[in-house]
Amino acid sequence: MSMNTPESSRKSLISSPVVRAVAALVPLAISLVILTWGFFFVRDLQLVKNTIPQLFIVVIAIIWGVGGVVLLFTTANFFVEQLPELWVHRLQPFIFIGPAILMLTWALVIPTIRTIISAFFDEASVGFVGMKNFVYVFTNPAMLTVFRNNLLWVIFGTTFTVSAGLIVAVLADRSRFEVAAKAMIFMPMAISFVGAGVIWNFVYAAKPVDAPQIGLLNSIVVGFGGQPQAWTAFFQPWNNFFLIVIVIWLQAGYSMVLFSAAIKGIPAEIMEAARVDGATELQVFFQIMIPQIMGTIIAVSTTVVIFTLKIFDVVWVMTGGQYDTSVISTEFYRQYFTYNNNGIGSAIAVVLFIAVIPVMVYNLRQFAQREVF
Amino acid sequence: MKSKFAGSLLVNGMLAVICLLWTIPTFGLLVSSFRDRIDVNTSGWWTIFPHQDWVSVQEVTPDASVNRDVPMTFKADSGTSVTAPFEQLQIGVEKDGYRFQWIGNRRVGYLEIQKYTWTSNTNFTLENYKQVLSSGNYTAALKDGTTETALGDNMTHAFLNSVAVAVPATVIPIALAAFAAYGFAWMKFPGRKMLFALVVGLLVIPLQIALIPILKDYVALHVNGTFLAVWLAHTGFGLPLATYLMFNYISELPRDILEAAFVDGASHFTIFTQLIVPLSVPALASFAIFQFLWVWNDYLVALIFIGASPTNQLITQRLAEIVGSRGQDWHLLTAGAFITMILPLAVFFGLQRYFVRGMMAGSVKG
Amino acid sequence: MKTSRVLWSVLSVLLLGSMLMAACAPAAAPTAAPADTAAPAATSAPAATVAPAATTAPAATTAAKPAATGSFLDRAMAGEFKGTTVTATGPFVDQDAQKFAATMADFQAKTGITIQYQGSKEFEASIKAAMDAGNAPDVIDFPQPGLLASFAKQGKITDLSKQLDVAAVKANYNPYWIDQSMMPGKDGTPIMAGIWERVNGKGFVYYPKKAFDAAGYKVPTTFAELTTLEDQMVKDGSTPWCIGIESGAATGWVATDWIENIMLRTTTPENYDAWVAGKLPFSSPEVTNAAKIMASIWQNPKYVYGGTATIVKTSFGDSTLPMFDAKGPKCFMNMNGNFITSFFPATAKAGVDYGAFYFPPIDPKYGSPMEVAGDIWGATNTKPEVMAVMQYFTKAEHLKVWMQQGGAIAPQKDADLSWYGSDIDRVVGGAIVNAGTLRFDGSDAMPGAVGAGTFWKEMTSFVSGAEDLPTALKNIDASWPK
Repeated sequence: MSMNTPESSRKSLISSPVVRAVAALVPLAISLVILTWGFFFVRDLQLVKNTIPQLFIVVIAIIWGVGGVVLLFTTANFFVEQLPELWVHRLQPFIFIGPAILMLTWALVIPTIRTIISAFFDEASVGFVGMKNFVYVFTNPAMLTVFRNNLLWVIFGTTFTVSAGLIVAVLADRSRFEVAAKAMIFMPMAISFVGAGVIWNFVYAAKPVDAPQIGLLNSIVVGFGGQPQAWTAFFQPWNNFFLIVIVIWLQAGYSMVLFSAAIKGIPAEIMEAARVDGATELQVFFQIMIPQIMGTIIAVSTTVVIFTLKIFDVVWVMTGGQYDTSVISTEFYRQYFTYNNNGIGSAIAVVLFIAVIPVMVYNLRQFAQREVF
Repeated sequence: MKSKFAGSLLVNGMLAVICLLWTIPTFGLLVSSFRDRIDVNTSGWWTIFPHQDWVSVQEVTPDASVNRDVPMTFKADSGTSVTAPFEQLQIGVEKDGYRFQWIGNRRVGYLEIQKYTWTSNTNFTLENYKQVLSSGNYTAALKDGTTETALGDNMTHAFLNSVAVAVPATVIPIALAAFAAYGFAWMKFPGRKMLFALVVGLLVIPLQIALIPILKDYVALHVNGTFLAVWLAHTGFGLPLATYLMFNYISELPRDILEAAFVDGASHFTIFTQLIVPLSVPALASFAIFQFLWVWNDYLVALIFIGASPTNQLITQRLAEIVGSRGQDWHLLTAGAFITMILPLAVFFGLQRYFVRGMMAGSVKG
Repeated sequence: MKTSRVLWSVLSVLLLGSMLMAACAPAAAPTAAPADTAAPAATSAPAATVAPAATTAPAATTAAKPAATGSFLDRAMAGEFKGTTVTATGPFVDQDAQKFAATMADFQAKTGITIQYQGSKEFEASIKAAMDAGNAPDVIDFPQPGLLASFAKQGKITDLSKQLDVAAVKANYNPYWIDQSMMPGKDGTPIMAGIWERVNGKGFVYYPKKAFDAAGYKVPTTFAELTTLEDQMVKDGSTPWCIGIESGAATGWVATDWIENIMLRTTTPENYDAWVAGKLPFSSPEVTNAAKIMASIWQNPKYVYGGTATIVKTSFGDSTLPMFDAKGPKCFMNMNGNFITSFFPATAKAGVDYGAFYFPPIDPKYGSPMEVAGDIWGATNTKPEVMAVMQYFTKAEHLKVWMQQGGAIAPQKDADLSWYGSDIDRVVGGAIVNAGTLRFDGSDAMPGAVGAGTFWKEMTSFVSGAEDLPTALKNIDASWPK
């Protein structure tokens, strides 16, 4: 691995930095050529009538995708490390973050900017309308219900998803049945949203009182002599909670997996030492474990807050946003796609960007405290 | 000793309760996927377990001449007899352990004599799976005018296509994200804060807004309809979360091991490839699972970037075509949902071993 | 500083070079198929290019065949467009997609044109993305004219009146359908934006025939008779109506169909048109009255199986199943469009297991004009093979197989009623072709924000009891785009 240790390679190569740098460009250029050629090769593999075995395509794709990334990083880094020390420091970070940032810019940043712009235009993105779309978004009574629902989602969805995942991760960590228990909690994550919709219909379904109930919840209610209820339709605004339950069920596996990985990362001796010192399990949990995994708690909470902020599929599949259960994303979808209204649709999406600012600020504060090399 | 046992009992007990709650809905799905359409729609899945209920022992269809507007008399084979008006019979009249219950309309209904006994509804079938795996044939018209009907193996084909899409769409973003996460966590460069804020902010972008611009580029590059198109799109959509989560993990690694490596003269690249990546296996594995699941269960991205090409369709597209127009075909949806679950669960179990303690304990010490 | 400049320029030159090399690569690679990717571009060029893949010199092929005369369809039938592909999309999948493939098989065999249809459950998203990205399929099936109108307004839809023989199209349709296919184009002048390919009639009440007849019930011919029948059923310990409005993101449309049908029976067609056009408010006495008549049935727990809780949580398709219960019908009537029969159990036979009657007139003054809806196809370009397909849609012949299999009603006048596979479809088909007064599904024709938005939403809120009627109607009025 001589390319990774500049000190040693520097001595063996010609002393002129320019020559060295130019020479180091060759592998980088070759890898760029290979990557670009691979792009078209992989594309054309599929555009030709499909006579090529799928497995072959899969293998080529993985080699191109994974190998290409490795090749690109390695050769680019090799090139940078041949430069003078100052330039290594200046350029190397961009070798690391560059590809990701480029990809993000193409896939998300540019569309976001376009969305922000079209929020100030009419439904066909032709005429400038100023703040009109935003006035609609913030004054329409239906939109106010939407914001209320999103608030419910963020508060209750996040709290319960995070705590359920944490509790299971901690309990499972001390159980002999760890693998089985985690698999059971994780299982819902493997189910598509349409599948989840079906599953929960078997819980929430309402049949007439004289017919056998096929929904578990109503079967219990009727068993106790009650009337069958349409849980996700009646009881506004409480019907939102019946939808939130579904997401807690689906996403607890997500927070559990991350918490579990974090707990595994706590050096066992720290906790043992505390126990030897006579700390109770609760004390170990709150005073050792929680601080140790605080970073993960913030990360999981951040992602779940954002996930609930843009919650879409569960609402769409279960109620289609009817019965006052619509949220920002379903309303965006309706305006943008169903009504083909670019202006209001985009303005609703912009609300999402605004709503995420507090989360960004909080994360930046944590980020700013970091010391780097 | 005793308290340890009690503690373990408490832990396992609580875990068992939570797991039970979490599993019941899915279990209901599994059971339902083996029941036929009528059963699924008319009785709860839990009736497969033995339970006590009124079970019909005898049916009596009164003659058309019987006046149903005055009290009617019915006699069971056991000798019990009941005389009651229609309104009462409709609710059910109990006598000698039997219940006389009128079923249906006054004019076209009949009387059921029921007994309260143990029963279970164990009428299972594989029909749903057969139908999902073989129906919805794609009939493609060939140029010579004949039609070609691809049978059930089309599902297998779609299954393989989904693998072809999901694996690179999982690996590529993770590779890019790991590098970027290291850059954010341990390197100094101008614009670092701003770019990190960008990554966090991009988490909230709904992918729907990006579909049209990306599709425009694909049309220009002629990649629309290929797996490549889907990989790149999923890479872009998955990157913010991948970068954020990997950053979170990599930045939590003990600072002293990196310092030690720098003192030894290692470069950032060496530290990343030889120290950080091996240490990050649990995080890489966790995210790999999520990304894989999202790609695997995705329908919208596949629909827009793969579209009509019958040979490149993914399993979610095939499933949507089978059960799409008739959303209330629950018996088919149940089977379909289970088929799509198989691989993600296998992946989870496959990566499970990376989550065990001790993977990193040793290296941290070093 | 200077060194780095040099380095950068060297780097960029190399990068550019590699790009160029890469760009050449696919052409050189034996596996690549440049002809294949280039094909769509070639076919969009002048009409006479025949099978562009066959030879590299397009000029030579044009000479081989003299420019054909006659309509697009005639030329297609003569095999002029053999080997071309017409891409199509729409919201229908599964069985309907198979029926569509079956009904178009004959055309594909005769013309050699391949029709590649891809339906999608997320039709709105996929079609908008494709349209805005300039990648739309050649022909598109719109289940509601509103979305087509919005694309027509953006200038993305072909004006068929400039391509097809308008007189011939008009001759084959009830004028009402032609009116409904004229939509404002980019400059505001109306264009013929689409072709009504298949339609359905609404306001049919389906009932379980065996039990209905056995109980001695008679098909009602007036609203008063219907009420008497309902009360008779209640007295006999049965529930008259099976109603369910759940339909995913479209939940509520069943309620709007009811109101529209009642509107057509309680006020003039002109008022109905004014209402659809936004001139007669929802809070007007006419609409309020229609909603009240609906509520008198829906909110009477004795009239509806399971009451409102079941209405809101039962999918419109599932709501029909209690009529076919193994232990006899739990409820006796379901009002819907003729497409509902495909949600009946597969074993149920038309005319034996179920019958249908037309929802009776409420006020003899207004009779019972038929409410219709349907699928309108728009085209995104003027390629001759695409126009041939559109022209084929104007002939009922294209729907023959589908009509036999059931579930499609032809609006074209040249439809032969004997092609229908069931008597009920035949009655509906005859009524649609011959009916004097047709009125289009109001919610489908209203602006999307109302017709596919608040009208559904507020009606579900009203039915579920979250809002009273005046509030619901007022909210709909408030949402009408100004």
